[in-house]
Amino acid sequence: MSAQAQTTPGAVAAPGIATGPEAGAPVLTVDGLTISVRQDGGEAVLVDNLSFALGRGETLALAGESGSGKSLTSLAIMGLLAPGLRVSGGAVRLRDTDLTALPESALRGLRGNRVAMIFQEPMTSLNPILTIGAQLTEAIRAHEPVSKSDARVRALEALKAVRLSQPEKRMTQYPHELSGGMRQRVMIAMALALEPDVLIADEPTTALDVTVQREVLDLLRDLQREHGTAIILITHDMGVVAEMADRVVILKQGQMVEVAPVRDLFAAPKKQYTRDLLAAVPRLGDGSSAQALPEPVSQTPIASLSEVKVRFDIRGGILSRVTHRVHAVENVGFNVYPGETFSLVGESGCGKSTIAKALVGLVPHLGRIELNGHVLGGLSAQDQKALRRDVQIVFQDPMAALDPRMRVGDLVAEPLLIHGIGSSESRRATARELFDRVGLSPDWIDRYPHEFSGGQRQRICIARALALRPKLIICDESVSALDVSVQARVLDLLKSLQADFGVSYLFISHDMAVVENISDRIAVMYLGQIVEMGTRAQVFGNPQHSYTKRLIEAVPVPDPSFERPLRPRLTGDIPSPIYSLGEQPERLLLKNIGDGHLVAVG
Amino acid sequence: MLAYLIRRLVQTALILVGVSFVTFLLLYVLPADPVRQIAGRSATAQTVENIRHQLGLDQPFIVQYANYFSGLVQGDFGRSYLQKTEVGALIASRLPATLLLMLGAIFCELLIGLTLGSIAAIKRGKWIDQLLMVFSFAAVSAPQFVVGLLALYIFAVKLGWFPIGGYGTFAHLVLPSLTLGIMGSGWYSRMMRSSMVDVLRADFIRTARAKGLTRWRVLGRHALPNAILPIIAMIGIDIGLFMSGIVVVESVFGWPGIGQLAWQAIQRVDIPIIMGVTMVSATAIVLGNLLADLITPFIDPRIKLR
Repeated sequence: MSAQAQTTPGAVAAPGIATGPEAGAPVLTVDGLTISVRQDGGEAVLVDNLSFALGRGETLALAGESGSGKSLTSLAIMGLLAPGLRVSGGAVRLRDTDLTALPESALRGLRGNRVAMIFQEPMTSLNPILTIGAQLTEAIRAHEPVSKSDARVRALEALKAVRLSQPEKRMTQYPHELSGGMRQRVMIAMALALEPDVLIADEPTTALDVTVQREVLDLLRDLQREHGTAIILITHDMGVVAEMADRVVILKQGQMVEVAPVRDLFAAPKKQYTRDLLAAVPRLGDGSSAQALPEPVSQTPIASLSEVKVRFDIRGGILSRVTHRVHAVENVGFNVYPGETFSLVGESGCGKSTIAKALVGLVPHLGRIELNGHVLGGLSAQDQKALRRDVQIVFQDPMAALDPRMRVGDLVAEPLLIHGIGSSESRRATARELFDRVGLSPDWIDRYPHEFSGGQRQRICIARALALRPKLIICDESVSALDVSVQARVLDLLKSLQADFGVSYLFISHDMAVVENISDRIAVMYLGQIVEMGTRAQVFGNPQHSYTKRLIEAVPVPDPSFERPLRPRLTGDIPSPIYSLGEQPERLLLKNIGDGHLVAVG
Repeated sequence: MLAYLIRRLVQTALILVGVSFVTFLLLYVLPADPVRQIAGRSATAQTVENIRHQLGLDQPFIVQYANYFSGLVQGDFGRSYLQKTEVGALIASRLPATLLLMLGAIFCELLIGLTLGSIAAIKRGKWIDQLLMVFSFAAVSAPQFVVGLLALYIFAVKLGWFPIGGYGTFAHLVLPSLTLGIMGSGWYSRMMRSSMVDVLRADFIRTARAKGLTRWRVLGRHALPNAILPIIAMIGIDIGLFMSGIVVVESVFGWPGIGQLAWQAIQRVDIPIIMGVTMVSATAIVLGNLLADLITPFIDPRIKLR
């Protein structure tokens, strides 16, 4: 069966599945698309014989893990493949025009005009030294012969359409003055200003916080409804797929695995890979079946924080005096008990990672941090070092956390070397043991970090953290950069290590589903303060604070039949934690509403 | 902004005080004796002592420096030992020529360096990129007196396009500027190439292309201004490099600037002139850096001076 025969029925013969009444003749047809990379001595195929059709007003999701070729496909449609890559077979037809056969000059006329694109990284996708207005008007004037002032009027309308606050002011601002969510709105405004037939959204919300993601997804859907734009949504997040897509193409290593309407795909996946992928997706509610540890009040905590504050100075004036302070962490207090997983959740800038840094002494703090019964800060350098043996940290980006010029075995054994433990043979033996324990072959210890995949590298980081047999491991977004199937396996590894070694985790994440999956107790942070704290069942089963509710509700649900309750659209940005000298954020008081479930009042 | 400027100017003044002290100290411990130079070989010991006393060179170092410094604060660079004129007037009469040469050289090195660097980055990996990088390597390594003499021989002697030496018209300016600028153009083409290569990989370039902009607009409006940003700070530092080149180039082309003045003064241990030229160059370098830092926020809105 050819790929063509596989897809066309879904798109054309069964238009009812594709959304809306207008879905008739496809706007965009990808037919046997093959993308190759030039290598020494020939070409390697990266995307193989991919076919799908996209109807007017339809949303098609290209879903798959890293390396599946989903972003390459979108760049090929735009004619923006990097040098060295080329379309080596098949066609991309916009109505009746074959885009792969067009010369660059003709393609340029369609780019941004009839096929537009938004990208993953709103932070870097806008030119930092041009104003928002300049970048918007430029996009309009590239395709339509309008005067500068007319283009400005159009640009302003586009900014209003994406519901950006103060659009006039935004026109004169530079990208760095806008938050990530606002920048992604600008990107959408730029892409939709010329009312393209097709919008390609390449991981449009992956770099955004979950509440901002919610806003952007809502916006895309509203705009699609208003203009009938066809959307190709590229994502690895099955929750986003379930909420946005009409049909789904599952890709794996450049091969099309399955094409199906979204409800069919989630209800009855036909291929094993799709089933595995869906099974790996963390879902809210999964964790509630597992039994929660009782609050271990009798034990002494491994880590105990009370009234911890971290503030960063901002200097100004002739004498560089402190004029403002960033109140990154304000009066935070919690305990982590032996053998438990305590999670800090919140959006970027809420101070969760700063707490981790304060715990390992990387940033100065006020207040009291006790590790294993010793107060951090009041010790000699010698004692500090000894104390650090008990607390290890695993970071988000495993590639950045491993020295590329060291062998992985040496990396894992380095903490032992630093603390002068064992001989070089015994350290090597320990590294082999640890490799075995985290699911890597002990024979690999003489390799270098670049020879491993992302998930394997994170296992190496975990092995390194385990080397000193710490009592507490801080996992700072440790699984956020991993594909879902890898993420699920790493989470399983963390759980089994906890069972074996009795180590505690301080788990820091923005991903509510992952947090629910792994945590015993949870603290929700907002603007440097804890707004709600309790066991998993308390926080997820009975969220009390409005921000906790908002966070939980914003999580995309990987179930297409889920009806999102109608709520007013979220707007507005999180306020700044920067205060003038002498001013302070209002202190939130936590009230116990029963069984240790603490909720901020007011 | 004003606070920043004041702070930087105070720093500048402190740096210049430091430079004056270190240079004065170095000249003091120098084994060459300026008095011998003035008095000539046949002078008696008595004459030498008289001259030494007259110039105040028999006083302790700290007194000599204090005298010099108090003059400096009032804008007095002292008198030349041999030319019997005010150093300030000597420098003032020659400074315009040197500044003109410097501007010409900066223009040449930026024009050549940025253009070649950009072309190399756009044609990265192609033969033209490799050719340009060979040129830049040669430009950086070639001694300036060789480049100067070669340029004179080809363009002045053989082709007769430019005058052989001297000062006065635009034609006189071309070859010295080119000679002085060619080394910098080698550096700049390398820096510009790597900066441009980075920028061309940036996400916002992909956005610009996805908008359907023409290739020239993507390069000219999005890539180039971003690629130049890290280079601006270098221009300020460059002025220091120029000072050494200026001594050579002014001699080769007979350009009546402070480079020639300094060269003659060094040969004859004319300390007030050496001090004066050093102070003027140091001021130029520090102000050049300050200027570069002040310009940056106008090009890069992310940078705020405070």
